[in-house]
Amino acid sequence: MAEHHSTYVPKTGFERWLDARLPIVRLMHDSAVSYPVPRNLNYFWTFGGILMFMLVSQIVTGIVLVMHYTPHVDYAFQSVEHIMRDVNYGWLMRYMHANGASMFFIAVYIHIFRGMFYGSYKAPREVLWILGVVIFLLMMATAFLGYVLPWGQMSFWGATVITNLFSAIPVVGEAIVVWLWGGYSVDNPTLNRFFSLHYLLPFMIFGVVILHVWALHHVGQNNPSGVEVKNYKKDTVPFTPYATVKDLFAMVCFMIFFAWFVFYQPNFLGHADNYIPADPLKTPAHIVPEWYFLPFYGILRAIPDKLGGVVAMFASIAILAFLPWLDTSKVRSGKYRPWFQFAFWTFVIVSVLLGYTGSQPTDKVVLAIGGQTRLDMVDFAQILTAIYFAYFLVALPLLGLIEKPKALPASIADSVLGPAGSGHIAGAHAAPPKH
Amino acid sequence: MFLRLSPGTSSPGISMVAVRQGERRIRIVADQSMSEPNRRDFLFLATGAAGAVAVGGVAWPLISQMSPDASTIAAGAPVEVDLAPIAEGRAITLKWRGKPIFVRHRTAAEIEASKKDDASGLPDPQADAARVRAFEGKALEQWVVVYGNCTHLGCVPIGFSGDFNGWYCPCHGSHYDNAGRIRKGPAPRNLDIPEFTFLSASKIRIG
Repeated sequence: MAEHHSTYVPKTGFERWLDARLPIVRLMHDSAVSYPVPRNLNYFWTFGGILMFMLVSQIVTGIVLVMHYTPHVDYAFQSVEHIMRDVNYGWLMRYMHANGASMFFIAVYIHIFRGMFYGSYKAPREVLWILGVVIFLLMMATAFLGYVLPWGQMSFWGATVITNLFSAIPVVGEAIVVWLWGGYSVDNPTLNRFFSLHYLLPFMIFGVVILHVWALHHVGQNNPSGVEVKNYKKDTVPFTPYATVKDLFAMVCFMIFFAWFVFYQPNFLGHADNYIPADPLKTPAHIVPEWYFLPFYGILRAIPDKLGGVVAMFASIAILAFLPWLDTSKVRSGKYRPWFQFAFWTFVIVSVLLGYTGSQPTDKVVLAIGGQTRLDMVDFAQILTAIYFAYFLVALPLLGLIEKPKALPASIADSVLGPAGSGHIAGAHAAPPKH
Repeated sequence: MFLRLSPGTSSPGISMVAVRQGERRIRIVADQSMSEPNRRDFLFLATGAAGAVAVGGVAWPLISQMSPDASTIAAGAPVEVDLAPIAEGRAITLKWRGKPIFVRHRTAAEIEASKKDDASGLPDPQADAARVRAFEGKALEQWVVVYGNCTHLGCVPIGFSGDFNGWYCPCHGSHYDNAGRIRKGPAPRNLDIPEFTFLSASKIRIG
């Protein structure tokens, strides 16, 4: 789609003057107005826009919170309460920021699963996909660093557990952890650097998002049929108004969902323990990460070996980057792959169940038959971890070789209108308007 | 420097001639050895080397500033602890360098039980005798002093609990015995023993 020519015509004298010097209006016109989008996109394709909205929302509320927050072990917890009680609308800013993180992850998980179902990672979109994995990693780092800042019990012990993951590295692990802490334990230097990095990373995310969108606009969007655009007139519609209006509508619906949490259940997604100030001498009885890290935490705990658990956890994320080469099927969209669909939904359910195991005590019994045969949470998580990795390392490479896909539509227009409708488009005029 | 074939580089003449004439490889190498590195090659290398040193020189302070600072190190100076108030069968937790340290006063029965387990296939084999320290040649077996951070991921284990009546870590389910040895669960090592010495039979210095 990169080949589509610029249709921007400067209207005023100033626009002509600017266009000859900095063609920024042309760039915006070409990427957000005349840019052709496949006509068959469903609502799962609106989450990219929703994610951009969430990133901006997090940055704006975050900058405001920094105006009132104090990054010091003696004052951090109090300053958060100060934001909640004294600062005008501080409660709103903080609840928007804290729940916004959860909303960000809800949207990104839908976005990732959509890409996995419709094969959006396949050629020529590998780099686009890998940039997405990089954004996901940066998001996880940012969320973790941010969760430490209120300096509650979960903040402190979350920071301790996650930084200790690096102590699993042979030989240099312990030295790395001391370097990360800036001391002998998680303490004031740790809080200060986490605050600094928490402010930095969103802007790095912003930079990678620009690359992600650039790559997207270079190769063009995938679509539910997985068939590439063949005829711009028949297969695509211009971004404005079609995609802009649809994205805005989805965004408003998402904002209602977001607002419901902010105004009615602001602490539902958090942990009560984080309203207890950090105490280095006492670990809460049951520490768990935020919900969006639970599946990975479940994998970490499933392996009864420290280094093995850490390696498995990082591998479960890193493996996403190799997805374009692990999936051997030539058919892009899961819509036309019946066996893949079974594997995909199994993977989705297993991911959710891994999250469940991550949220439960390790020795909790899952299955007891006649008081004899037992399956505790660790055993259950091990089975789920095996299935998680099997999806990438067994199912995807093999299915491409043995599965018989359904017949693909000849074009995007065909997938919408059926073969009979191709050539003459149903409805009054669905052809892209001239611009 | 390897053979340069593209025209317009610093010494094109000799190499180009050699190739054009189809001479044997050994001759080309011989020709190349005759083309001395010129002043520009030297300047490129020297500038590059100076640049690498400069980048390293700036990078090191940026990395090093994250290590524990002087005040943090000073605050981690050794401390003395009086053991007299700790009754037999009890334990205390004290804080040193931001970390908890457990001091446990074991009963004779507990010492006995721990010694019995010395040869029972421990994940991190260590005799009970290696977990205690001596004063004037006499092992003070009743005192177990360990860091109160699980060697798995650093949570604080709960005392007098778990399958071995030592410590149990609630985070990921590691069980330690009363000598702080790992018996069951994901932790890779026995609880670490801080550097400490007995100043008298009832007083220790940690650090």
